[in-house]
Parts: sequence; structure tokens; C-alpha cells
Amino acid sequence: MPELNVRYVADLARLALSEAEVALYQEQLSHILSHVDKLTELNVDGIEPSAHALPAGGALRPDEARPERCLGQEATLSNAPQRWQDQFRVPKVVE
Amino acid sequence: MDPSTLTISQLRAAYGDGSVTPADAVRSILAAADARDAELGGYLSLDGETALAAAEAADLSLPLGGVPIAIKDNLHVKGQPCGCASKILTGYVAPYDATVIARLRAAGAIPLGRTNMDEFAMGSSCENSAIRPCRNAWDPERVPGGSSGGSATVVAADEAIAALGSDTGGSVRQPAGHSGCVGLKPTYGRVSRFGLVAFASSLDQIGPLTKSVEDSATLLQVLAGADERDSTCLDAPVPDYRASLRGTAGLQGLRIGLPKEFFGDGLDSRVRGLVEQAIDRMKSLGAETVEVSLPHTDYGVATYYIIATAEASSNLARFDGIRYGHRTAQPVDLLDLYRRSREEGFGPEVKRRIILGTYVLSSGYYDAYYLRAQKVRTLIRNDFDKAFAHCDVIAGPVTPTPAFRIGDNDADPLALYLADLFTLPANLAGLPGISVPCGLATEGGSKLPVGLQFLAKPLGEPDLFRAAHGWEQSGHWQESVLG
Repeated sequence: MPELNVRYVADLARLALSEAEVALYQEQLSHILSHVDKLTELNVDGIEPSAHALPAGGALRPDEARPERCLGQEATLSNAPQRWQDQFRVPKVVE
Repeated sequence: MDPSTLTISQLRAAYGDGSVTPADAVRSILAAADARDAELGGYLSLDGETALAAAEAADLSLPLGGVPIAIKDNLHVKGQPCGCASKILTGYVAPYDATVIARLRAAGAIPLGRTNMDEFAMGSSCENSAIRPCRNAWDPERVPGGSSGGSATVVAADEAIAALGSDTGGSVRQPAGHSGCVGLKPTYGRVSRFGLVAFASSLDQIGPLTKSVEDSATLLQVLAGADERDSTCLDAPVPDYRASLRGTAGLQGLRIGLPKEFFGDGLDSRVRGLVEQAIDRMKSLGAETVEVSLPHTDYGVATYYIIATAEASSNLARFDGIRYGHRTAQPVDLLDLYRRSREEGFGPEVKRRIILGTYVLSSGYYDAYYLRAQKVRTLIRNDFDKAFAHCDVIAGPVTPTPAFRIGDNDADPLALYLADLFTLPANLAGLPGISVPCGLATEGGSKLPVGLQFLAKPLGEPDLFRAAHGWEQSGHWQESVLG
């Protein structure tokens, strides 16, 4: 298996790790991945993957708006770190 | 009589004869928490006033009328904090009720207190709580188990009548085992997860931690059933679970499967001895044992930690500092806001799992890790299908050892992951499982509870209750002691 590049993956995951964290996770995750490689011992040719344990889901309903089931604007905004009028406020995105 | 020490059934009986009121029960729990929780750390917060108001208004005609239930900190209770024991959710207040909370309320129960946990339910010891340490009620130098460690501690220490937890890889059954209480993980889809903060969506289930098997059945009766707000929730009829509580008479003809892989090397001799003694007693009361095999048991940990971390990395992408939770001070731009908010808000175990999960899903590695793990998951399910052709329940230990000392596994995350090998398979295969105490292991002057686990086929909760109740009613588990 190719080596895990912690800094690169942390960037994908939007985590600004410190150098000390990168070094620690590099070592710990390499150790964990060496155990995970155990799965290559098994022949899985022709085996169907299980995305879920049981065939649940498929619970579709008619595509109709049900505003009475929605949280509502005030409750939705109630935990906003920063708010401007009825919106979530974020740093400027477009120059 | 101190109401906090009672089971749900006993408390309901005391309400019935008028010897205790719901307000007495709430006050008794608050007093117990006041006396012990500064040391044990089972609760993150306790809103006594709201609970007392609910107790005064309790409708005792309802099945759980006036019964206080402690709630794990990853379940939404409207108006209360819901922080997943993480700094990233500091100050977050739930704007709605989880379906399980709505069902508890409809049955007359009173949510009381937020219980401690491993951050975002990631861990097996509660040492990953970013808020405060949690200790084992039987020996405060030891871990209570995890991730629902706070729920186990408050039930074990009589700081609660019962509690809800969530189980992604053993997080209800394992702390129940380490703390001497009963922990149930229902079949995948049996209980709605709407309002549970998601960790690994193909594995998570909500379950009760209780002082008796009867209470476990009573709570599942209320919690189970279809929910249009959770598309993975099964639309299967909910049986009368209490009908399967038949005491030792229920053991007559019960076929118990014993997988040799659950009794291999590395199992603590006291755990092995206590589990074997329990099975022997069940046999003497009419149960039959059958040897079965789960040949892919050894691959469970690797399979689980790929699937669970992959799903976690996706689920935890929502914590980005935009709509709720911690936002970094003075970000220079949007990307900087994401990166620093997440870096500052998440603890070490959560970051470790996000990185692992992002890696196994990333371009070029998906087939090698995630897809392969999903195929091995099929093999693990097939093992159970074959085994359950020959038995009603599978029995074995919950963990390889009793609770360890706080800090003992700090340096080696993999060692801790490997100890989950008996509980993970039920989540991977979607099976229901229950942990019941089967004895005490003595160690350094302490007596540490040991759990006995039963697993059943999907929707086989009645089989679990039959086996667990039969064992529980066969004697007093605290009298089985091994050193």
C-alpha cells in the first residue's frame, strides 16, 4: 500500500494540523493501517459489498413541500456563530 | 427508600402505591448526583428545574409516566445543550427533539441530564471526552467504558433510573459490561436515529442502559418503530417485548451458540471463567449449547475502522463553523475559517479518525480500502446467517478484559481498537445485542463487573430478552466472583 501523506489528507479534510500533530498521526495511522492491511489476506472476488447491514430504506414519499415539518427560520438560525438579519454571516467569498 | 436506587418497574410501582412522587424521584437523582458526580463525572449538565416542572405535571397513567431518563450528550432534547462532549459544539442548544425523546415524552418520561461520552462517540473508555473525565462507578481509578460511559456510570452509581446511549461498535454494551448494568443495541433500523448526531450512519443505533433486563424491554417497547424522519428505520411490527421475559422458565430449550472465536487466546481468565459459569448455569436450567463458528471474527476490527471512519469523515464535514458550533476568530477567508474552526474544535481521536476516513475514501484508495471492507462485511454477515441456522442466540464475553485503569492505553490507539472485537460484529451485521452482568473479577482490591453478551438474528430482540432475563433471574450475579 502506498504511504499515507497526513498533511495532504488533512488538507482534503479541512483540518489545519500543527507540525506536531502531523508527526503524531503519521506514526499512529501508519500503525493502524498496517493492521488494516490484514484484509488483503482475504479473497473477495465475486463478493457483493454491503453498504448497509440490512436492506432498509427506500422509504419514499410524494415529492411535496411540507413546511409544517420544517424547523423554521428562527430555530435554524438560533445556533449561528454569526448572523446578519435572517442569514448566516460568513467572510467575503467573492471579490 | 431512596428512589434513585430503583428500577423503572420498582419506581412505577412506588408511584402506584403513592409512596413516591415523580418530584421525589427527580430530587433524589439530583441529590445522588450532587453527592457523587463531582468525582465520577457521569453528567455534563443537569437541568433540575425543567425536570421538576415536568415531574409536577407528570401523567402517571402513561407507561413511563414520571420516570426520569438520563440522555447521552449526542441526542437532541429541545432547549438543552447537545455537545457530543466536544468543544466544537460549545454553546449549541438543541432546537428540536430527537424522535426517541419525543417518544419518551409521549410515554410520560422526563429527560433528565446530559451524560458524558467519548467525543462524538469515538472511543471505548470515555477518556476522549473533551469536557471532563468520567470514572467507573465500581472503581474510580478505572474507565467506565465508552463511548456511552457517562450513561453507564450514572445508572451504575444510582444517579439515574435508566439512560439512553448510542452504539456504533459496542458503545452501549461495552460500558454496560464494565459498569455492571444492562445495555441493549437494537437491530439496525429498529429505533429511529432522527436527532442523534451521526457518527457512522450504517452502524449507529440508539439503545437503553438499565438496571434490569425488564427495564430494557420496557424502554425498547417505547423507542422501537417506524419513523418517516429516518429513512433507514424499519417498518416492521413491534412485538410485545415483555412477553419474552419468562425468567428461568424461558431457558428451557433455548439454543445457545458458542463461537470458538469468542473464547480464544487473549481472553482474560476471569472473564472466560465467569462467562463459562453463566452458560453452565443456563444449561442446568434447560438451555442447550451448540458450537458455532464465526471465521471472519479476526477481520472485524479492520473492517469496522475503515467503514466507521469513512462514514465519520463524511458526517463530520458538517462541523465547519458556518451554521452552528465553534467558529475561529478573525478568519482571513472562508477556507481559513473551515480549517481553523475544525482544528480548534475537534479533539485528537476525532481528528485521527477524520484523517483515516478521508484517506480510505480518497481517489486511488477507495477500492483498496472502503470497497474491500464492504465486501468483508458481507462475509461477516454470512458467518452469522450460517450460525443462526443452528441456534437462537450467540453468547460470549463483551470485552476481553475488565475495565482498565485510566490512562493505561493512551499511547496506543490500535490496542484499544482491538479490544472491541466482540462488540463490533453486531454493528457490521446489523444484529441486536445485549450485555448483562455475569459476575465480578477481583483486581487490586477492587471488584470489577464482567459482562455477558447475547447476539440474535435481525429483529431477534425477543430471543435476547428471553436469554438475558433467564440468566438474570437465575441468581444474583454479584455472587459470582473470580480472582
